[in-house]
Formats: sequence, C-alpha cells, structure tokens
Amino acid sequence: MAHTVSLNVNGQGITASLDDPETPLLYVLRDDLGLRGPRFGCGLGQCGACTIHVDGQAIRSCVTPISSLKPSQKIVTLEGLGSPEAPHPVQQAFIDEQAAQCGYCINGMIMQSAALLSTNKRPSEDDIRQALAANLCRCGTHLRIVRAVKRASETL
Amino acid sequence: MSLMTQTALSRRTLLTGSGALLIGFSLGDTLAAQGGAPNPKATGSKSVALDQVDSFLALDADGRVTIFSGKVDLGTGVKTALAQMAAEELDLPLDRVTIIQGDTALTPDQGPTYGSLSIQKGGVEIRQAAATARARLISLAAERLGVASQSLVAENGTIRSTAGGPSVSYADLIQGGHFEMKVDKEVPTKDPALFKLVGRSVARLDIPDKMTGRFTYMQDFRVPGMVHARVVRPPAIGANLESVDADSVAGIPGLIKVVREGNFLAVVAEREWAAIKAAGALKAQWSSWEGLPEQEHLWDHVRATKVTKDDVTSNVGDAPAAFPNAAKTLSASYDFAIHTHGSIGPSCAVAEIKDGQLTCWSASQMTHALRKQLAAMTGMAPEAVRCIYLEGSGCYGRNGHEDAAGDAVLVARAVGRPVRVQWSRADEHGWDPKGPPTLIDVRAGLDQDGNVLTWHSQFLLPDGAAGNVPLVAATLAELPHETTLSPGNIIQNSALPYAFPNIRTVCHRLADTPLRPSWIRTPGRMQNTYANEAFLDECAAAAGADPLAYRLKALQDPRGIAVLKRAAELAKWETRPSPAHRDPSAREGDILRGRGLSYVRYELYRTYVAGIAEVEVNRKTGAVRVPRFFIVQDCGQIINPDGVRNQIDGNVIQTVSRVLMEEVTFNRSAVTSLDWASYPILTFPDVPEVIIDLIDHPSDKPWGSGEPSAAIVPAAISNAIFDATGARARSVPFTPAKVKASLQGT
Ligand code: FES
Ligand code: FES
Repeated sequence: MAHTVSLNVNGQGITASLDDPETPLLYVLRDDLGLRGPRFGCGLGQCGACTIHVDGQAIRSCVTPISSLKPSQKIVTLEGLGSPEAPHPVQQAFIDEQAAQCGYCINGMIMQSAALLSTNKRPSEDDIRQALAANLCRCGTHLRIVRAVKRASETL
Repeated sequence: MSLMTQTALSRRTLLTGSGALLIGFSLGDTLAAQGGAPNPKATGSKSVALDQVDSFLALDADGRVTIFSGKVDLGTGVKTALAQMAAEELDLPLDRVTIIQGDTALTPDQGPTYGSLSIQKGGVEIRQAAATARARLISLAAERLGVASQSLVAENGTIRSTAGGPSVSYADLIQGGHFEMKVDKEVPTKDPALFKLVGRSVARLDIPDKMTGRFTYMQDFRVPGMVHARVVRPPAIGANLESVDADSVAGIPGLIKVVREGNFLAVVAEREWAAIKAAGALKAQWSSWEGLPEQEHLWDHVRATKVTKDDVTSNVGDAPAAFPNAAKTLSASYDFAIHTHGSIGPSCAVAEIKDGQLTCWSASQMTHALRKQLAAMTGMAPEAVRCIYLEGSGCYGRNGHEDAAGDAVLVARAVGRPVRVQWSRADEHGWDPKGPPTLIDVRAGLDQDGNVLTWHSQFLLPDGAAGNVPLVAATLAELPHETTLSPGNIIQNSALPYAFPNIRTVCHRLADTPLRPSWIRTPGRMQNTYANEAFLDECAAAAGADPLAYRLKALQDPRGIAVLKRAAELAKWETRPSPAHRDPSAREGDILRGRGLSYVRYELYRTYVAGIAEVEVNRKTGAVRVPRFFIVQDCGQIINPDGVRNQIDGNVIQTVSRVLMEEVTFNRSAVTSLDWASYPILTFPDVPEVIIDLIDHPSDKPWGSGEPSAAIVPAAISNAIFDATGARARSVPFTPAKVKASLQGT
C-alpha cells in the first residue's frame, strides 16, 4: 500500500508516494526528487557521502528512514545551500581551494563543515579534522578540504 | 513529481563535406554531455580512427571546438588538462573547448585510462591532432586572405595577418567542422615559450558543478523507463546456485523479477529501495566452496604456488656468482597485502537494449575494451554495442565499474527494460578485483667500502599483464569470458635505477593468486619500489652510510639526482646514517621519531619522484603516524601545476593509508572485509601534511602524474620507522601489532 509522505526539502513542501515508510531519505531525495548532492557511498552510515541537514544538523540520509522525519523539519541538501551561480560561502571556499579530486565525497564534506561552522565560527585545524573524522575520502583531498573549511570560516 | 531536469544535450547532425552524417554536439554550460543524453544514438558514423584529425576534434559553427578523448577523467582533473592542451594548440580560450570522453561511438580508442598515460599519451595525441588542424586552418586562411602563412596569427578562433586587413574565423574556413585529413605526427607543435594556458594552474572545469550538486555522476544518470537492479552474489566465490525461492521476495511491492542465469543472480524492481530490500531478503541455496587459502598462511601459499615463467627484468654482470666476493651479505623478504581499490561510491552502470542495439553507460576506465567484453558475453556484434563513459567516484585502477556494466547488461536483457545496477558497499569491497599479494626476496652483497657489489631480487607476482579482467557476470553466468589473469603490468620497477656492478632482478610469475586480481593504483611499481628502496636503505645502514649519500653515489641520472637533492633541501635532511641515535633522555614519552627517504624513476623511463617521510612510532603500542611527507616530482612538462599537486596529495595520502592500515581479509570462501569498519582507511586526524615541490621542464615531453608518487611512499615510511626505532618494517600494512612485535628485538 502506498504511503504519502510530506517533507520540506530546500524550502519547498513536497509529497512523495512510497511503498515503504522505512525507505531511507537518501533514496527519496535522489530517486523521487532527482537531487544529486546527497550521494550513495555505503548505506551504512560509515562514510558521510549522503550527508544532509535536518534542522541545521548534519545527518546521514542513508540511515534515516522517512518515517522518522516530521513534515515540519527542514531538510537541506547541497543544492539547497547554493548553486554554481550563487554558491554558499563553504561551497565558494571549496571552489577557491579547488578542494576536490573526484568530488564524490565532497557533498558530505561541505554539509558536515557547514554544520560545524554554524556552531563553531572559528574552528582550529584540529577542530576541523575532528569534525570530519567520520567522513571518508579515498582520493586524498583531505588537506585541501581542511584549507577550504578554514577559508570559509574566515569569510563567514 | 520530479525536480530533476535531465541535463539537456542539444544534438545536431552535421553534414560533412563528403555527405556523411556525423553527430555534432553543441553544449551549453554543462559539459555533462554524455551524462545528459538519454540515448544518443548515432545517426551516422563519426571517424574514430586514431590517425584522423576528425576523430579527435570537431569545430562548431559558433566557434567552439569539441575534443573527443579516449582517455577519461577518473577524478584526476585530466579533463581540464586535456582542454588546456587542445585550447593552447588551437589558440582558443578554454571556455570554447568541450571534451567528450570515452564514448565508443565518438572517441578514438586511445587505450584504457591507466598507467599515468592520459597526458603523456592521450594528451600528446590530442595535441598533435590540434596542431595538425591549426596548420590546415592557417594554410586555408592564407589562401582565403591571399597572404603568406608566415604573416598570419591565430587568436580566439580567428586568423588575421600581422600586417592588418581582414580576418577569417575557423568556422568560416572549415565548413561543417571537418578536416578529412590524417594527423601529422611530425607537425610542429606550439613553442612552449608562447604557452598561455599550458603550465598554468587553470581552475578545474568540473569543480563548481561538483560543489553544488549539479554534476552528473554515473550514479546520478537515469534514462526514461529505467528500473533498478541489485546483484545477489554467491556467499562463497566458487559456489553454485542450487535453488532460488522467488516467492521469498514476491511480497515486496514493485518487484519486477528475480533474474537468474547460471550462478548470476539479481533482483529488479521499480524502485531502488525495493531492489535493495529484495536483494537482502531473497532466499537462495548455494553449494559450499572453500577454495581460498587460509589467510594466516597466505605467504606460504604464495611461495607454494606454481611458477609459470620467469621474467628477468634486469641482468648486469653475474649477480649470483658475485656473492662469494662480498665482504658482507644481507637478505630480507618484503610482503605487501591484498588491497582493494576502495572507491567511495560503489560501482554503477545503466544498460539499455533497443532495436538490437546495446547502450551501456558506466564509469569504465576502458570503454573500448568493455565494448568487446560485452559483445563477447552477449554474442552481439561489437558494432551493435556502444559504451559511454560517465564519471563515477574516483577510480584508481580496474575496480568494479566494468563488472557493474556486465551485470546491468545481463539484467537488461532479461527484463527488456533499461536497467540501472548499483553495487552495494559489500559488493564493492567483496567483488572488486584486488591488488594481488606481493612477496619479494632480496639479497645483496656489499664490498669492503659498503657499496653494493651484487644485488639479486626475486619477485613473486601473478602471471599476466594489463588485459581485460574477466567480468563477474560473464563468469557467474558461464558466458564467454577471459580466463587469463590480468593484474596489470606489475613487473615494472622491479629493475633498479642504480648502477651496481652485478644485478639480477627476476619476476617469478605465479599461475594463480587467491582473489581475482587487477591493477590498483601504481600496480607493481608501488610494491616493487617498496622492496627495492627499503632494502637499499638496509644496505646503507649496513654500510653505516647516510641514505641520501648512498643513493646519490649509485645514481647517474642527473634528473634523478636533482629530485633527490631538492627533496633533501625541502625537508632539511640531516646527513647521517640510520637509525638515529638520540639521547634517550630527550625522548618525548613513548614517541620515537624518524625520517626515511625513497626514490623512483617511474618505469625507469619517465617521471622522477623523491620523498621523505616523517614518522612517529609509539614504542608501547607500535602505532605509527606519518605527520609530514615531503615530496619532489619531475614529470617533464607540467600542464597544470595545481592539478599535479592535487594528484601528489592524493597519491601520498592514499598510499599512507594503504601502508599503515589496509588489508583485505578473507576466509576459505570469500572476502570478509566488506565495509569501512572491517577495511578501515586513513581519516582526517591522521592525514599527513604533504609538502610538495615540482620541477618543471616546459620544453620537454609531459609525463604522467596520476601514479608515480605513490611508488615511493611505502619504503619512505618503512625507512623512517627503522630510523626511529632500529627495527625494520617489512610487511605491509605496518599495523601496531606488527610494529610492536618488531620492537621487542630492539
Ligand atoms: S552513504 Fe550514508 S554514510 Fe555512507
Ligand atoms: S575527492 Fe574523491 S573521494 Fe574525496
């Protein structure tokens, strides 16, 4: 039986029709809403590629069942932060630092860092490394990512 | 409801001079061309022959050029570098260059994207095609304008005389954008002194879209009517599927089919989550299989494996016979564990079979080879198969992309609809082909003065080269597939860059290896250089010599000497033998510090790298940290310095991870390290600072950067551990347990 769920994504109210209310949010964002920021990396909560914000908190959407979300909660994805034309300061800092190789992990890096910077405006390098400790990058872009977060913290 | 807008690709057919139809691409602001095309079916044939200019480039009526590259961007930034090379040669601004990559219908087969050859080979071929095109444009302009070629200059797609007068655009000169001429391999390319784009750190073309969720990765690609599949792999690698209970998943809404072909098993559903659930819930009976060796006895197993042939990669003097004349003899064995590629995004592919034509989108590094594999597997004619590259998650060798493509094709054939296969994390960790276990025995004899008199090394490596790795789907379904091993060109860098009087380096090629092998980044060169450079350090220590001076004495290549000296300056190398003898009272708690040096000339003919690792070893726990890594590289002509630095960062960090922590685990039936908890990689708190210096040779050939700097990392760390502790680390990964055990004896 189909369940209709209402969500607030990137400032828009949306509804989706799902067979299973336990569907992780990641698949609704990607397959129903066609969003590409949140990425599938492990589906296990281990890598951070799927990170989004729920009410400003960085959350792993691959292990967040739709049933656990309320329609009033504000979901923000990488697309909701900014666009190539009007990037968020963290996105701009990542662009300025050329902080990507393949870029597959970067959604998680930007979303996690944006959440960090909303509570810690001037993080040290160590704070940044700790905040991103559970976000994996295989290409070895870590140093640029740390520099980008630092740069963003200086512009925010 | 869909917020998704398929990236629009406007496709036009261009009429060539000869009347043949060709696909032309006019791209807007996104370069995700192939990614946006639901099914760009060729309406005619475009030249893809390697000797034709039109295979590599097409000029558009609006003054843009499209470059068709057989080499693809695997997340290395090479797309931007190739665009720089093409734009430079054609005197066009970068934003007028569009790159189409790895599409068997459109791009020439420039070979798989491996071996650090995208610039060195792929880029140089594009450069020659572009230079040939430019020369033709200049001569056409000379005719048209009635002036001598020598007085013409090209700028922004327009040619004019330096003496003034009218100008003519490229588009006006080449109606329909076609050259219909062969690439002139002798054509003079641009004088590096005039470079405007090459050699500059041009910003990556793909980064703004990737930072904002607008980029189309393979995993984002959709076609209309597409359904979702997940594979269900056997619990034991060689198990046979005895029975499947399709009813066990019949209650999952949206389930379309359980697909079985031999031992190939997959589930297909309308929605992705339903496919994931079905893959987990499907009941199947498999036979037992225990064909893998005990992991504990892996190295005994490797030693006992039949040798099919010996590749003698160097033979100078008479190494075995020279040992009796040595004043001192040393020997050691080095091993390097089985590794996975570990891409962050698991492999994914989409396949569609329509009107007898198969189109397969994947992140394959070798679409042209994949096309042949898919044709062989399905029995279709290669001409009926089109493989299109879409960038996936970073790819560091032959991982699971081609296999996901094979899976998608089998399922699409079974359900008659376009199918997307997304591998799970466990599929990727468990079933991507692995970097094979490598074991190296080295012996050396030193003369009275401590110089190497004789060097004899023996590498135990699986047989095979860089061919096609058999597709999992074809193997499981017992459809036609390759049966030879393809571990990559792993005998490279078994020979030495040093001039010793007697050297014999032999690769004993093994008939088999426990898990399906392929090339992981820097295949063989990383493992072989590890043994060579660590053992050379052992010789230096036995001679009581400074590791840098010891190398310099045996090296004759001036560019090799230059990178080593520059690395020593960069790291403020302290001239002294290893290990460091420090005042025990100056010790900071349990932390011992050391530095190690390593050097490579990649494949002994190209990129030079020297590096110095700093380590901190906890003598109580055996835990090793690498806080800093200094590295100097000479890759000839640098196309994009920032891109090169990015690759070096990546090589160092990825290889530090490999060396300190990575090892695939398995039982007698299958891989057991199926996620990031059981196969951990280096994380932010432990990532070293990487200090890089580049030596540019603008007038020389460009060489690769994607791999070489990984080669020096393992030995630099091993040597630094010795410097810190006096104990050798000879077994990768250098886990706390192993390092701690080695410290007991010191
Ligand atoms: S995909 Fe969600 S944490 Fe990896
Ligand atoms: S940039 Fe490729 S995984 Fe981080």
